Amino acid sequence: MARLGMVFCWAVLGVVLVFLFAPIVIVVAVSFSPSSVFSFPPSGFSLRWYHAIGRADTLVAAVWLSVQIAFLATCISLTLGTLCAIAVVRGLVPGGKAIATFMASPLMLPGLVFGIASLQAARSIGLRDAYTTLLIAHVVITMPFIMRTVLASLSLFDFSMVDAARMLGYSYPMALWKVLIPNILPGFLSGALFAFIASFDNYPVSIFLVDVRTKVLPIQLLNQLEMSPDPTVAAASSLLILGTVLALVACDRLVGLRRMASI
Amino acid sequence: MTATVHTGDRTTVKEGRARFDGKALLVLPGLAFMAVAFAVPLLLLIGDSFTGGKGVSLDGYRKVLADDYYVGIIRNSLQLALITTVGTLLLGYPAAFALARARGNLQIVLFALIFLPLTVSVIVKTFGIAIIMGRNGIINWLLVNLGFIERPIRLVFTEFNLYFGMLNVFLPFMILPIYSVIRMLDTRLTDAGASLGAGPVYVFTRITLPLTMPGVIAGVSLVFSISVAAYVTPSLLIGDRFMTMSQVMAKAYLNIRDFQLGASMAVIMLVIAAAVVFASSFLVRSPGQPGR
Repeated sequence: MARLGMVFCWAVLGVVLVFLFAPIVIVVAVSFSPSSVFSFPPSGFSLRWYHAIGRADTLVAAVWLSVQIAFLATCISLTLGTLCAIAVVRGLVPGGKAIATFMASPLMLPGLVFGIASLQAARSIGLRDAYTTLLIAHVVITMPFIMRTVLASLSLFDFSMVDAARMLGYSYPMALWKVLIPNILPGFLSGALFAFIASFDNYPVSIFLVDVRTKVLPIQLLNQLEMSPDPTVAAASSLLILGTVLALVACDRLVGLRRMASI
Repeated sequence: MTATVHTGDRTTVKEGRARFDGKALLVLPGLAFMAVAFAVPLLLLIGDSFTGGKGVSLDGYRKVLADDYYVGIIRNSLQLALITTVGTLLLGYPAAFALARARGNLQIVLFALIFLPLTVSVIVKTFGIAIIMGRNGIINWLLVNLGFIERPIRLVFTEFNLYFGMLNVFLPFMILPIYSVIRMLDTRLTDAGASLGAGPVYVFTRITLPLTMPGVIAGVSLVFSISVAAYVTPSLLIGDRFMTMSQVMAKAYLNIRDFQLGASMAVIMLVIAAAVVFASSFLVRSPGQPGR
């Protein structure tokens, strides 16, 4: 009877895996199809949609914009978040726990609500530049991922090593750079990876902040799907999946997946 | 918790400046940024929901809560979140159980397989689901070849399509928290129960389930609070046929420009999501449950 229960659990896990991967596998399969209508089963193999990505200027521009925004937002929140986390972990400020909760709270907020709030705030101060608005909002989106991982790794760090470095002649910023940063690098990297993915994939906040000339990738993909759904989108999506898998493998080598997921 | 955080503090405080450490200022840039870019816009939005054309008013809320159309939309969102939560729980618990009982490297591989779909863009997954559900898609192909139907039927923009997609997108969010608790479960406890004569059902309902409840609560509150606010998946998979709060909000801002309506909807959604999170943290801490 107990064995039967376990067999049932394994069967469900099998079904769940097939179910979870079905849409992903199908997108990759369609990207290699020779015809422009989606059909199952596929009728051949071709790379023509991968060649078509190179000609799709708007798509390439959207990828480039998304990379820029995600990279800059991650760098800014890494800097601001780490400084803040140091002060909180060392107990230098009163209400440290409340500050940490506040900095991580955008994760609990429905993305759409924050998107609308950003749009209204940008309108009310007359900020019309889509690039700046997107960047500011994406720093907020990425902050929780940085705060959670950096706080977790900082609380395991022995700060007397920084004091030792200072006694040996380093200035405080230099001591942080030479001693603290290398020590908490794994937490940094996994936090940064999550932050980057969160920004790169974000739709509900970006939808309110883009304009005709400044479109991030998820918005552009969706527009393209609505206008002319051909397998170019599938090919672009497959490349995105490949990129994610590579990033995850790299991160697994550096810190281990399970530790990363438990943030 | 705070006590451990404070240790080591004294060593860096310079003499004569015992009360204030200049390094406390490190907190300022981040905090100031988040206040301006996150807290202020949010407060303005909440303020917006209380201001109509002529100063302070509750018109936004009155419009939403007194109109059957909008009440129906709130009901749609809650129904969507409820069915998604129950569905992911029914599939997720057994799956998490098997995952936690897998040995060594197999567990790491299976874990990575559950985790990977989380990092794939929702748009990509939804696109895949649309292909699966298409007239020439795999579901229609299966149904026709198994003899259930004679000609392909329309599946896109149906509720079946919607729930299929919602389960697909949110399932990992249910499995991972439950898995992390089941992994910690001491199997000696269930073995002891079984050796003392308890049947498998009794062992499950009296030992396994209560001990893994914190994971279930965490998963349920996570899935409910994000699926009640889901926007991309419903709007792509069913569109205007099944309006949710998110879609009304987006329309209020992007199309009809009724800001008070949108802001009121946003605040109602915020209250629902926050209530679920608070209720769950209260449940986890309540006596009789092992805290986390």
